[in-house]
Amino acid sequence: MDQESGAASAGSFISLNEHEQRYYSGLHGLCQADTSGKLSSSKVAELFKASQLPPESLHKVTEVCGAKRLGYFGTSQFYVALKLLAAAQAGLPIRLESVTANLPLPRFVGLKNEPEMRYSTVPSCIDAQGAQCGSAPGSLIWTPTDRNTFRHLEAGTDKKEPWSPPRSPCSSPPRSPLTYRSYPYAKQRNGVDPQIAYESKHSSWPIVQLEQHSSPSKYGTKPTVEHPAMAQASSVERLEQQAVSDYTEDDPWRITEEQLEYYTNQFKSLQPDLGALILGAVAKNFFTKSKLPIPELSHIWELSDVDRDGALTFSEFCTAFHLIVARKNGYPLPETLPPSLRPGFMQHEEDIPDTHEDPSIMQRLQPSLTSTKQDLKEESSKQDVKMLATSQDKVTLQLSAFPERPEPPQDLDPQMKTKTRPRSYSSTSIEDAMKKAEEPPTPPPRPQKTHSRASSLDLNKLFQQGAPGVKSGWLLPPPALPPRPTASQVSHFIGASEKTVQSKVQQPNFADFSHFREEEESSVKPEDQGPHSRFGLSTEDMTNPSQQDMTAASHNQPPQKPVRRKYLPESQNLETVPPPAVPFPPPAKTPQKLLPRQKREIQQAIRKNRETNAVLTRLNSELQQQLKVVHKERVTLESQLELLRPLAST
Amino acid sequence: MNTNMAVCIAVIAKENYPLYIRSVPTQNELKFHYTVHTSLDVVEEKISAVGKALGDQRELYLGLLYPTEDYKMFRKLHNSFTDVMCNPFHNPGDTIQSKAFDGIVSGMMVQTA
Repeated sequence: MDQESGAASAGSFISLNEHEQRYYSGLHGLCQADTSGKLSSSKVAELFKASQLPPESLHKVTEVCGAKRLGYFGTSQFYVALKLLAAAQAGLPIRLESVTANLPLPRFVGLKNEPEMRYSTVPSCIDAQGAQCGSAPGSLIWTPTDRNTFRHLEAGTDKKEPWSPPRSPCSSPPRSPLTYRSYPYAKQRNGVDPQIAYESKHSSWPIVQLEQHSSPSKYGTKPTVEHPAMAQASSVERLEQQAVSDYTEDDPWRITEEQLEYYTNQFKSLQPDLGALILGAVAKNFFTKSKLPIPELSHIWELSDVDRDGALTFSEFCTAFHLIVARKNGYPLPETLPPSLRPGFMQHEEDIPDTHEDPSIMQRLQPSLTSTKQDLKEESSKQDVKMLATSQDKVTLQLSAFPERPEPPQDLDPQMKTKTRPRSYSSTSIEDAMKKAEEPPTPPPRPQKTHSRASSLDLNKLFQQGAPGVKSGWLLPPPALPPRPTASQVSHFIGASEKTVQSKVQQPNFADFSHFREEEESSVKPEDQGPHSRFGLSTEDMTNPSQQDMTAASHNQPPQKPVRRKYLPESQNLETVPPPAVPFPPPAKTPQKLLPRQKREIQQAIRKNRETNAVLTRLNSELQQQLKVVHKERVTLESQLELLRPLAST
Repeated sequence: MNTNMAVCIAVIAKENYPLYIRSVPTQNELKFHYTVHTSLDVVEEKISAVGKALGDQRELYLGLLYPTEDYKMFRKLHNSFTDVMCNPFHNPGDTIQSKAFDGIVSGMMVQTA
């Protein structure tokens, strides 16, 4: 075996079992070994920090493994260091002798520690079985930091399973080469223990194989974990390559550590807080970049948003991402969520040993869950089941924090946080979802008719005040002002606005009042005077049909209005010199500057006025009709009166 | 729950076009579609009667043609409908293409053995 020989050649011999070999090679790859075999010290430092040992222990480890002496971490030093870390974590003193003990694999926070699962089984199996099984597949598997490692593994794992039964009977003869190999190690180690330990490790290994069918997949995935540059660089295609390698295993839906790391980074790019949710719209934009067809993305969303709250938690996000990666690699989308992608997937390495615990846990959970169920409102039966499932998973995760095996609690805590958070959301999610469904999808139509500018152009105000607001986008001539100032204001405006207003003003007056005059014979209102004068004036400008609101307003306004209006045409006709000279010079100066703005204002005003025009015209015509009716009645009554008068007089 | 409850299920959008419609195939589908249309008239009637009351949606939710019987079924349907709506990839106004929704609807339809 390459690594072991490498270790041997360096002068410090350690015995590694299969798990350790694989794990260490993976970690070795993680530390970015360069061509000479030296490991990147920063990466090694990171790894050491991840082991969560006190710094003095780390220094000791460095010293003992020989890296301090050499000044760098070679492969062998690295392996020794890893062993020492494992020893330290197990509580053993950091000495070379500790390395020989039957140690668990060193635990590093921040890496998903699949080997922990195996730890529970390794010491439990002590049968002296064929160590041959250990060696042969091991050699197949043992191609360090090779991208094609998984292929070998695949071949290896395929052979493992059928091999394991025949392995059991094999005993001492096959063991001899191994014993031979381990013997020189034992020499170094000053003890018989390592030999036995080594053998026991090997012997336990086939049993491990027999018991856990999914472990080959783990073996397969582990080396793919440690392609560090790729993991860091993380292009989706590369990830998909890795994903392809994983899918050659028997469980394509399992998320590897590298993938998890990638997903974590992506999640952080969208939402820095790992415990928070990614909103649906954000997720949509992000996943649309994957260029999958929308129906498929929709399906993926349905699969991954298990708490149905329209947002993705970290695990949901990972699930969705994983499904997308799978789909891009050509895997058909499943109808339901695969078990390894369920909300419990983050703890997938615990799933297997925990399975025997689950039923008991579930039973204990039932009463608490029913109470939480009652708390949640508007729960359909289907939702109940879903809630049960998800909360069971979550509580399972919590309870699995206290197994017999020494689990690093740090790994669980952040995940527990992410799990428990969605629980609180799901109680409100149903109501929110219902409300969301009930809201109209389109936003309310924007009020296009109003202006972006001054509120004086507000339509309502126009109606309330009548038409005087029409005249100015700027000015609000009050109804009862004496004519002179208003005239000046008007002229001010007009001087600037190139007389577009005058025609507006005149035309409607002409249109309505003439009509009105025809109807009325004995009119009480003095407004007739107004129209008369205007009639003469406005015959010329009949082009502009707008501004009829002026006349309509004049219907309703007090008699002072027409008096005021009378002045307007006059001033308009005058055009040049309004009675007060004071306001005039300023308008004369400013018009050029204000012209473009005024034009826009005027156009807006025109639009508004046209609208008010239309409305008021309608109003006008209705009132006219009413007037006619009333007039007719009056006529009939008068005629009746005439008839009755000679009778009354007598 | 194997007791069948529906021969036809339809989801109609606000604009009175169907977002989703499915009926048991052996029956006369056209008749069912007509029934759906006439039920729309009933709904419109109810809407105009209530006016702009705030509890409009709630009231209609309960004031179905057969309120108590199919209450559970409607709620299930409505829940799955909201799930579809919550999906950010679903554009409101599109026909509903969700397989999960289909599954639930099939579960509610008449079981033709």
